[in-house]
Amino acid sequence: MSSINLQNIRNLFPILHQEVNNFPLIYLDNAATTQKPLQVIEALQSYYKFDNANIHRGAHTLADRSTGMFEATRKAVQQFIHAAEAEECIFTKGVTESINLVAQTWCKKFINKGDEIIITHMEHHSNIVPWQLICEEKEAILKVIPIHTNGTLDMEVFYQLLSDQTKLISCVWASNALGTINPIEEIIRAAHAKNAIVFIDGAQAGSHIEIDVQRLDIDFLALSSHKLYGPTGVGVLYGKRKLLEAMPPYQSGGEMIREVSFEKTTFNDIPFKFEAGTPNIADVIAFKFALDFVNELGKTKIIAHEHALLNQFVSGVKSLNSSFGSDEIELIGTAEEKVAVQSFVIHNKHHFDIGLMLDARGIAVRTGHHCTQPLMNFYNIEGTVRASFAIYNTIEEVDALVEAIKKIIKK
Amino acid sequence: MTSIELQNEIIDDFSLFEDDLESKLFYLMDLGKKLPDMNTAHKSDEFIVKGCQSKVWLYPIYNEGKLYFEADSNTEITKGLVSLLVRIWNGKTPKEILDTELYFIEKIGMSRMIGSQRSNGFTSMIKQMKMYAFALVKE
Repeated sequence: MSSINLQNIRNLFPILHQEVNNFPLIYLDNAATTQKPLQVIEALQSYYKFDNANIHRGAHTLADRSTGMFEATRKAVQQFIHAAEAEECIFTKGVTESINLVAQTWCKKFINKGDEIIITHMEHHSNIVPWQLICEEKEAILKVIPIHTNGTLDMEVFYQLLSDQTKLISCVWASNALGTINPIEEIIRAAHAKNAIVFIDGAQAGSHIEIDVQRLDIDFLALSSHKLYGPTGVGVLYGKRKLLEAMPPYQSGGEMIREVSFEKTTFNDIPFKFEAGTPNIADVIAFKFALDFVNELGKTKIIAHEHALLNQFVSGVKSLNSSFGSDEIELIGTAEEKVAVQSFVIHNKHHFDIGLMLDARGIAVRTGHHCTQPLMNFYNIEGTVRASFAIYNTIEEVDALVEAIKKIIKK
Repeated sequence: MTSIELQNEIIDDFSLFEDDLESKLFYLMDLGKKLPDMNTAHKSDEFIVKGCQSKVWLYPIYNEGKLYFEADSNTEITKGLVSLLVRIWNGKTPKEILDTELYFIEKIGMSRMIGSQRSNGFTSMIKQMKMYAFALVKE
């Protein structure tokens, strides 16, 4: 095990200290949303108690203070992803909006009839539909990189799909349903050789993968605060300055303008060009405390701990299967490179029943198609049960999950 | 027995488990297994009541003024709940079905199963059974 003091970490998360259906809560739905540490909860409270004011306007002290705190988060995001400038980090309401923003601005301007956009077979619906819509509108072509049964991309086919018509590739960094970490460095290099740009859906990357947008030469990256111990309603769109500057505005209104007259409006510089209206100030400010929490622990330790949990679960499942003498449990997503997410199905059991049975023992997991229906069709299943681990989970919790699964199978 | 008496009987049965949700779910799964098989010809898309996570098939039979139901579900716990509805409403007049207030669901600690139509075919099923009854009363 890694050298972290798990009890100290758990003490920062008040929500974990409760019983659900007479069992201690075991929260293993972290890929859907993580719980929030006290620092984040208190930052939200403190903002509304002492600092609330609209930002980037007003000469008064509170406005100045809240603007400073808001921009401090932007700076923290820049450092978190190693962007060249804070201005390249735009606040959105989440990954979905970040994707839609690029689809509705960059693609509006730069995608033409016959151009090609490539996505993968393991994308979340939110990284499928926005591209589908823009392709329909522009008479462009959407191509899909297939996957192998273990949940990795078929890179051979990727190279066949890549052509001079390819303008954009959008790819999930870590799959929400499978946990697979995709070889984005290789994808980006190949794309750039064809003058295509790459959008990385980093919803599940957050605290689970080291992020360096400059080293990886990422063009666009979307992040989610609430999957990273921060508040809901905040996302990030990172984009290289030259790309963001070339893009037309997304939504229009206050903040995003420079000058408005009834004849003509000129637009503000990035990032404000893409942040029309009063943003989600309190949650953005609290998001910094989540980033600080991750930085203080260090990603190396977080990743090591989460992998220990994943390995414990996988070996627990394997020994259950051997004790039953048959593969009662099938693991979905068995790539070598993974974040701590494990989907599975149990022979002759519906995932909905399994979810309810686990909940009866206080165990929270996600069941269903995980907004990845094409992926479920690939595996010819309706859905899976998904356990996803975070820094505050314990080996004992994983063992309790395995024990609960054993009981369900025996029934 | 009236649908009120049957509901009270179900509440009594479940009271043995007190607040042990896991045992209640296991019991529901057992009840589901005892539900008579549906005529396979009736288990068609026409008689599907769809939820997001669980599906229910429901086939009504009207005979001498009374309604009877064949039913099935693709999930064991929903099937158990479905079997309870069939137990309460099988052989009742459409009017009695329409007039029934279903209070047993909450009393046995399963209100979450009717909370969200999106996640469960069970809510849609209750509505569908009442719709069949309503159509017959109107005639």
